[in-house]
Amino acid sequence: MHDVSAQPAVHQHSAPTGFLRKWVFSLDHKVIGKQYYALALVSVFIGMVLSWLMRLHLAWPAWPIPLLDKLSAVGAPAGVMTPEYYLSLLTMHGTIMVFFVLTNAPFAAFGNYFLPIQIGAEDMAFPRFNMMSFWTTFVAWLLMMAAFFVADGPPISGWTAYAPLSAVGGDAGPGLAMGQNLWAISIAVFCIASLLGALNFISTTLDLRTKGMSLSRMPFCSWAWFITSVIALLAFAVLLPACILLILDRTAGTSFFIPAGLVLSDKLQPHSGGSPLLWQHLFWFFGHPEVYIAILPSIGIVATILPTFARKPLLGPRAVTGSMIAIGFLSYMVWGHHMFVSGMNPFSADIFSVPTLIITIPATILTLLLLGTVYGAKMRFTAAALFCLGFISVFISGGISGFFLAQPSLDTILHATYFVVAHFHFVMAVASIFGVFAGTYYWFPKMTGRMMSEPLGKLHFWLTFLGVYAIFMPMHYLGLAGNVRRYSAFVDDYAIALIPVHKFITIAALLTGAAQLIFLFNLIWSRFRGAIASENPWEATSLEWSTSSPPPFDNFGGRHMVVYNGPNEYGVDGPQDYIMQTSPEKVPVR
Amino acid sequence: MGKLFSAAVIIITVVSVAIFVMHVWWLPIDISTTGPAVDHQLDETFIGTGILFFASQILLALFVWGASNTSSSRKIKNFPGGATPLVAFAIILVGLEILTLTFVGSKAWGAIYIAPPDPNSLKIDVQAEQFAFYFRYPGPDGQFGGIHPDKIDDGSGNYFGLDPANDVAARDDIVVGSLTIPVDKPIWLTLHSKDVGHSFFVRELRVQQDFVPGLDIPVHFTATKTGKYEIVCTQLCGLGHYNMKAYLEVLSQDEFDQWLKAQAGQ
Repeated sequence: MHDVSAQPAVHQHSAPTGFLRKWVFSLDHKVIGKQYYALALVSVFIGMVLSWLMRLHLAWPAWPIPLLDKLSAVGAPAGVMTPEYYLSLLTMHGTIMVFFVLTNAPFAAFGNYFLPIQIGAEDMAFPRFNMMSFWTTFVAWLLMMAAFFVADGPPISGWTAYAPLSAVGGDAGPGLAMGQNLWAISIAVFCIASLLGALNFISTTLDLRTKGMSLSRMPFCSWAWFITSVIALLAFAVLLPACILLILDRTAGTSFFIPAGLVLSDKLQPHSGGSPLLWQHLFWFFGHPEVYIAILPSIGIVATILPTFARKPLLGPRAVTGSMIAIGFLSYMVWGHHMFVSGMNPFSADIFSVPTLIITIPATILTLLLLGTVYGAKMRFTAAALFCLGFISVFISGGISGFFLAQPSLDTILHATYFVVAHFHFVMAVASIFGVFAGTYYWFPKMTGRMMSEPLGKLHFWLTFLGVYAIFMPMHYLGLAGNVRRYSAFVDDYAIALIPVHKFITIAALLTGAAQLIFLFNLIWSRFRGAIASENPWEATSLEWSTSSPPPFDNFGGRHMVVYNGPNEYGVDGPQDYIMQTSPEKVPVR
Repeated sequence: MGKLFSAAVIIITVVSVAIFVMHVWWLPIDISTTGPAVDHQLDETFIGTGILFFASQILLALFVWGASNTSSSRKIKNFPGGATPLVAFAIILVGLEILTLTFVGSKAWGAIYIAPPDPNSLKIDVQAEQFAFYFRYPGPDGQFGGIHPDKIDDGSGNYFGLDPANDVAARDDIVVGSLTIPVDKPIWLTLHSKDVGHSFFVRELRVQQDFVPGLDIPVHFTATKTGKYEIVCTQLCGLGHYNMKAYLEVLSQDEFDQWLKAQAGQ
């Protein structure tokens, strides 16, 4: 075996000293990871405030919301939002959350910061690409935010931007002129950034692993980031041309998504030959894998963190990686389950339904293996551990409703109702965000050199865990009763009877949202006042815990790391109950 | 802390399941011939996945409860049998569940969307536009007039773009704002959209189908109970989406005949 000290001294990179190169246009993956995190943090608070505004309007439609008229005098005269402004907020909430939060936080932010360190690299394979990825994402974000400030407001076509509503321009309604242009351009730019990022992640994982870091020794979150980047490479490569076609339909008079004979605003539209279903196919070919882009990194993060606090190895490590790969592979065969009642050939419903249901098998395996890891453990109930356990619970709750929506025969009654809203918020949004919270409490000491406050973290967990159930569980009942989503007010006979449930949800959403301020406070306060973190405060095994907190510019201070073990060596006998990946100590046979 | 977590998970699970089981909020009544199969499929899915949901949440609570005992005398235990039985269990149990749901469910789906409509159906054309539905009956000649988008004019009530001056079949077409049908008679709708995507959803019929601009989409069903039901739009179609609705009125055959005669006479 190698003697680490006998390694040749490596060339040590020196950190840049100029302000711009160090903090703004940095090539350092750690700074870029933090930049992604900061962008996601700003975005998630914007998205959350939008959901507050929508929830308030749904429960008490006549109440003026203070200051809302300052944001948009047209959209909310005297603070009471118009139906179209509600749809603008809905579109922006979905878009911001899916793209700038759920794609950026668990994947781009943590992946950038920790993938190179976990595999023993000094940086990403292409640091300049990496910097471009972030700043291109930032440009996309600015374009999206600009939609709030154009004359007729943000688009009202939802985050899925179904054509022809999104394609014909201002004749289709407010927000669909300049607002929708900005949306389409922003998403196209976001696609470019994500493609660059995905290429970088893949190259880094395949080429820059240090000595001894075989694929099977990679931590589970590195595996998840790797699989996710493969998914992202294929998914964004389809959304990008789709957005370009949409932009052409909107600005250059083409008709990719617009058929002949449409009459909008009493005008016969000058288009012919396009297919609205083409947009849906292209969008969902991206859109469904996107769900896994959001959730897989969080599954990986939980599979990494849970054993650390359970003090025992993850059960079935190969089955966990295999299930993640299976989910990634299957994610490309199921997009049509968003389109059962869309008017596509009804025979194809079964073709899309079966692989969708099959995804529940690897998902069930993952859940059972996480459960089996908790079994018999001596759990350390830190905030990070609690969020991992909460993840398991919400992942079960969100996954179960997938059994319903995967079946075309049930989609006839559940499609476009609040049942769907409950499903995807639980399984994609809440579960993914729980992974991000777990990751934040776990890695904050490594990223900043200071510990976060545990009491505040636990308080944050409890309010959030109970809160998300109070918000999203009742939405299943609403959906069953036939409450249609994307309505700015409830005027149907059925829905009026359900308004008390909406009021309950709104109160829960306001309180749960307010609880996130505890997290924000903890984040900022701990950054400056938190206890100093040691190199390995959680007694974890992976490579980021073999370097200082925070790591030096080149991650390991000129050392060449050599890996002797997998990441899963917890609960061993001996003076300490774990073996670091860098420790040449032999793993006892269990 | 662990025991508190277990208690919270158990309470959440029991309350959630109880509300489902007690049908506190549930589907409205079913009034179609194809609906019972859908409702049956829903019940099957609820039972199968409900057990899965309940069992896995309770297991989580029990395991966390056990894991919260950190006394130094207790040794860490591995899951009996390791990962293999869990993986096998997941593949077999969930696999069987999937097979059952697919075989039973595809029949329910096929009856609504794949089975051909009865040729003796009453044919009705539906035009959706921002933000209304219009329904067209062929009139005494049994023929629908052709649709000409350039002739669509909401101001004069020509929602379908008919051309009665040149098209004989269009002259007696009856266009109304609500869908009136006879009970127990097969109905064959053809959905067109004037502008953007919309959807036809009647909760009580257990039928939902999008309108796609550029396509004529067939929908067929038979209503088994008279009464008045809501037709709502479920595809985001613009600012008035929330308010886009019409009514389905199911009448006895006699009442329907009289209604149709009255409409034709106008």
